[in-house]
Amino acid sequence: MSAPTLEVRGLSTHFFTRAGVVKAVENVSFTVGRGKVMGLVGESGSGKTVTGFSVIGLVDPPGRIVSGEILFKGRNLVGMPEQELRDLRGNRIAMIFQDPMMTLNPVLRVDTQMIETVQAHQKVDRETARQRARDTLGMVGIPSPDERLKSYPHQFSGGMRQRVAIAIALLHQPDLIVADEPTTALDVTIQGQILAEVQKLAATTGTSLIWITHDLSVVAGLADDIAVMYAGRIVEQGPVEQVLDAPFHPYTHGLIGSVPSRNKRGVPLRQIPGMTPSLLSLPPGCAFRARCERPIDACGDMPELTERAPGRFARCCNPHLEAVA
Amino acid sequence: MALYLLRRIMQSGFVLVAMSLLVFIGVYAVGDPIEILISPDADQEEKERAIRALGLDLPLWQQYLVFVSRALQGDLGRSFVFNEPAIQLILQRMPATLELAFGSMIIAIIIGLPLGLYAGLRPDTWGSKTIMAGSILGFSLPTFWVGLMLIMIFAVQLGWLPSTGRGDTAVLFGIPWSFLTIDGLSHILMPAFNLALFKISLVIRLTRAGVRETMLMDYVKFARAKGLSPTRVTFVHVFKNILIPVVTVLGLELGGTIAFSVVTETVFAWPGMGKLIIDSINVLDRPVIVAYLLMIVVMFIVINLIVDIVYTLLDPRVRLESKGT
Repeated sequence: MSAPTLEVRGLSTHFFTRAGVVKAVENVSFTVGRGKVMGLVGESGSGKTVTGFSVIGLVDPPGRIVSGEILFKGRNLVGMPEQELRDLRGNRIAMIFQDPMMTLNPVLRVDTQMIETVQAHQKVDRETARQRARDTLGMVGIPSPDERLKSYPHQFSGGMRQRVAIAIALLHQPDLIVADEPTTALDVTIQGQILAEVQKLAATTGTSLIWITHDLSVVAGLADDIAVMYAGRIVEQGPVEQVLDAPFHPYTHGLIGSVPSRNKRGVPLRQIPGMTPSLLSLPPGCAFRARCERPIDACGDMPELTERAPGRFARCCNPHLEAVA
Repeated sequence: MALYLLRRIMQSGFVLVAMSLLVFIGVYAVGDPIEILISPDADQEEKERAIRALGLDLPLWQQYLVFVSRALQGDLGRSFVFNEPAIQLILQRMPATLELAFGSMIIAIIIGLPLGLYAGLRPDTWGSKTIMAGSILGFSLPTFWVGLMLIMIFAVQLGWLPSTGRGDTAVLFGIPWSFLTIDGLSHILMPAFNLALFKISLVIRLTRAGVRETMLMDYVKFARAKGLSPTRVTFVHVFKNILIPVVTVLGLELGGTIAFSVVTETVFAWPGMGKLIIDSINVLDRPVIVAYLLMIVVMFIVINLIVDIVYTLLDPRVRLESKGT
């Protein structure tokens, strides 16, 4: 059996700020198999974006990966020389950002931004690079790519810009794409189109995906596995249908409960009380304890991520096990 | 574009008319040149003749109309003192001032941009802190004092550079220029550096602020995620974005330097326009003052227009249009 595309083991990324050490990512482990989609879910500030940046090696100071391993096709990315990392970036591992309005450089033409990506990793002449760029634009559903190559980013709509960004990520047919909320800034119909597009591309090229989002409905249709993050740690992990059908962790439970849906008309929406704690001053024990609807005494100690059912992990002292039992 | 230019030219016409009125009235209010120009021994008849000859017997509004009708034929009046056309007096001295102003501008860019770039990219190093402290000195030290110090050190103590005058000149387009000869260049170096000092500081600060702001943008992170080299990220993605504020400010500075480099020209006995305008104000040589100020207005209008056109080259989002979008 070949190594999975990505295996993250015990990753901790901390930010050393003046106010103290922010443990943005703490002891996170997950595996993404070839052609699989892994959904990384959590609220703002839960550490999901920092996890993504850690994987691609773009954690900026004062942040630093303090421990753990990131095995990409068996090679550890942590501590890898910058030059080797740069060879992987945009080539074998690509990233798509949240806000398509901000990811393309406003003063450079689309062709410049695409050709430079091709030429950064392959010694090809401009014309070959341009043809590759054009073909990839066509592949992500941009009409008349030849003309569009000559345009500037501001001449595209938000959805089209995100397609360009996706095309740039796909230029080298990477093994892994880290997608950081790529559909959050788009309206719903465009969101649907992009999701379908990405799903199709991942399936045909065998590209693995880490799909970072706070939107459970996106993950439901797209991901194979899901990891729910809270305050820098994974609190629940497992195959997506099982986790969404019968979540173990009260936090996942709360997240699913707060998704508005049609069959609850007239009934007040459920919400998780309180807000995410500051990562600077995490209380000891379970970070979710203060907002949990079923805390017990044991929550005063940080619970371990334990396998509660085959392939399903939860970090909770008092999980919702009734559903599966 | 053509429409835009046409509108700009019309607007400039209005500015010129308003400015000429202001200048004319202002100069009239400053004092009576007759008292200075005619010897106190002259009798009443001689005095009246002189007044009539200079056209000063007419009421102000008639004087203005005479001035305007002549100006439209390209005649801005004759100097009371030199009895030469005012415009010719100014044009004779313009090359000296122009080469000084452009020389200082080039020095400011050559020194300021790299230092600002360095200070922006490595804000916490000792080098950057020294650069920033130095830029405060550049802002606050008075020009005349720096000029005197430069002469003290490089002309008097070390004897490396000449302290006054333009030195040898060579003729290009029928105009004598200093920068075409080695001797002339050695003469221009000190005054140009003196004028450049303030601008260097300005460019350093603008560049640094721009770099620090741009480095945080998503498109810079995205460029790095594409696997581009740091050199390409800095000099293509960041650099092009910071040029707009630098071009704006340098454009205005250039106008200011050409018009008002009086102090430096005086310290280094540089035979430019600044010296001329000060002398003319002293003897209330009205035609020269008016012609000079109008020329300066025209120059600022032209510089601003050039800056606007440069914008469109730097930033594709800027379009020169007659109506705002």
